[in-house]
Amino acid sequence: MADAGMLRFHVPEPEVRPGGTPDFSNVTIAEAGSVPRPDIDVDPRTIRDMAFSIIRVLNRNGEAVGPWAGLLSSDELLEGLRHMMTLRTFDARMQMAQRQGKTSFYMQHLGEEAVSCAFRKALAPGDMNFPTYRQAGLLIADGYPMVSMMNQIYSNEADPLKGRQLPIMYSSKEHGFFSISGNLATQYIQAVGWAMASAISNDSRIAAAWIGDGSTAESDFHSALVFASTYKAPVVLNVVNNQWAISTFQGIARGGSGTFAARGLGFGIPSLRVDGNDYLAVHAVAKWAAERARSNLGPTLVEYVTYRAGAHSSSDDPSAYRPKTESDAWPLGDPVVRLKNHLIGLGVWSDERHAQAEAEILDTVIAAQKEAESHGTLHAGGKPSTREMFEGVFAEMPAHLRRQRQQAGV
Amino acid sequence: MPRRTMIEAIRDAMDVSMGRDEKVVVFGEDVGFFGGVFRVTHGLQAKYGKSRCFDAPINESGIVGSAIGMAAYGLKPCVEIQFADYMYPAYDQLTQEAARLRYRSNGDFTCPIVVRMPTGGGIFGGQTHSQSPEALFTHVSGLKTVVPSNPHDAKGLLIAAIEDPDPVIFLEPKRLYNGPFDGHHDRPVTPWSKHELGEVADGHYTVPLGKAAIRRAGSAVTVLAYGTMVYVAQAAAEDTGVDAEIIDLRTLLPLDLDTIVTSVKKTGRCVIVHEATLTSGFGAELSALVQENCFYHLEAPVARVAGWDTPYPHAQEWDYFPGPARVGRALRETLEA
Repeated sequence: MADAGMLRFHVPEPEVRPGGTPDFSNVTIAEAGSVPRPDIDVDPRTIRDMAFSIIRVLNRNGEAVGPWAGLLSSDELLEGLRHMMTLRTFDARMQMAQRQGKTSFYMQHLGEEAVSCAFRKALAPGDMNFPTYRQAGLLIADGYPMVSMMNQIYSNEADPLKGRQLPIMYSSKEHGFFSISGNLATQYIQAVGWAMASAISNDSRIAAAWIGDGSTAESDFHSALVFASTYKAPVVLNVVNNQWAISTFQGIARGGSGTFAARGLGFGIPSLRVDGNDYLAVHAVAKWAAERARSNLGPTLVEYVTYRAGAHSSSDDPSAYRPKTESDAWPLGDPVVRLKNHLIGLGVWSDERHAQAEAEILDTVIAAQKEAESHGTLHAGGKPSTREMFEGVFAEMPAHLRRQRQQAGV
Repeated sequence: MPRRTMIEAIRDAMDVSMGRDEKVVVFGEDVGFFGGVFRVTHGLQAKYGKSRCFDAPINESGIVGSAIGMAAYGLKPCVEIQFADYMYPAYDQLTQEAARLRYRSNGDFTCPIVVRMPTGGGIFGGQTHSQSPEALFTHVSGLKTVVPSNPHDAKGLLIAAIEDPDPVIFLEPKRLYNGPFDGHHDRPVTPWSKHELGEVADGHYTVPLGKAAIRRAGSAVTVLAYGTMVYVAQAAAEDTGVDAEIIDLRTLLPLDLDTIVTSVKKTGRCVIVHEATLTSGFGAELSALVQENCFYHLEAPVARVAGWDTPYPHAQEWDYFPGPARVGRALRETLEA
């Protein structure tokens, strides 16, 4: 019955706060293999229910099942596992380096490694990602040198960005990785513009836009959906729903909508949800969306359902706003463990080989770290020159900046 | 030589640029089929097709944000914001994205875009169709800001802006679109077809960014102006008989400081005029620069004449607008000081 009494102000709250028992019983999770795989030229109106389900390939026994399975060879899966393990090790070392005062700031991917690592393998050379700060797997999986990433994190004399950017705000056009801004959602509409330019130029390259659950509330997210829809831009619109925007649970950005994928429906954009901790599912859905984009079928919105197992950044302490054990209760598990178990089930991997790979990867990361630190860290050793601070504001330095550089005595 | 209005000259600049370089694309609200609410892009879609000139959703952040992505791809977008007053939703994209992309990526990505927007009042546009937000751009490192005052310059500056490797804000004084308005709103406007600066050569030419022009040579006082206020200053000089040297800055950033300093050292006096609100306006920067560079040559305090620090009103437009009477008073007071 309608309630026409005094108006009440509504503020959504997460199910549980610190001290409580984690509870994800409200998260409906489809059985692996149960969601159909439509043709890429499907009428978007007939697959609206996909915005409310979850595409999954790996079942509880670690088997790959259903219509989204079977795209990757075991060698490709082994490579994917190595990428995720490398990213996790890289994160651990850099997080520690930040704690040791070697840099000012760090952001890790713990629990979300599958999203960016698997997505990268669905793209073709020349495609362009417009990432957020939590997609370094795009670089790792494309073979970008870890030393260059560390040089950037340390803002040292070999930093490809000359010490101008906050740690982890990488840029590599060569590796299809657009310069990270550090403010939020701006890259989403830029990705659509890049894709429009590719179509205007009758090119074959596509763009991928990235955003987190919290930043979908920004107006640039909606700008991007309008433009992508209007111009049928060849872009994959990725939403990484890791449940938490710093301390704010995803319900504050999502509001009354059932899912983030559902945001795409009003724009007529095919919108899918996928198990973000399932390497095979992420890759299969990314491949489907990329094929649609490349076939002039327009944008696809993909929501990756995952969980930010770590802190938002090195400046954040999640125990202040969510139960410490919530990560363990997350029902979609750990992406590394799940792929590892799948590969063991296939007979191409073992606990021993996994432990050996962990040790090898750690050695590789430590070697890269030593090399990077030979070029300096934020507060010690080689650093970019103050003179370089004045360069690159414009293609040619205008007179007022030359005067200021003289005043600075450099 | 053919004569063109500001509108025709700006259109010609885009036409020439699109003809020379297929990477140049033009879009914005009402810009495509119709040709823009001020008709500046009229005919470009018919000539170059819908891939090169097209209508955009009413979403300024989206227009500028998508243009940045296009520029990162390798195109050279020249986009229109329907009124400068509508640019605020795009301000984040302009200041934190377009302006800094080259710097933050160490040249890995660049942003050669032009953002055109009609600026200033004098058309009874009220508070949301009359603003002059140039100081909000000159304050941002990484943006160039241009304000042409006549058709010849408008065409040459716009071609230079489109060819520039960095983002350029191109503010078009809408009161000048059809004639050189001198601030006497009760008198008829001379059309550009009867004005020497309405002479606009066909084909390609540029007016370099960062170079001012002396519109009236004089010895008594230097007037620093741009856009519509160039003509207001000229009218004030004529009305008062003050032998003013009027400098049309044309580009606010990078600024032609040499021309300013040379003139002020000669005259020993300086009046700065702009239509934008006074406090923290671009005139404050000009005043500081004149003081820093010409202090021992100054014979009077630097004066500023600007819009009052109120929103741009509708009915009181001509009480708000810093017209020839106010500028003339400042000229006399600066001479008598």
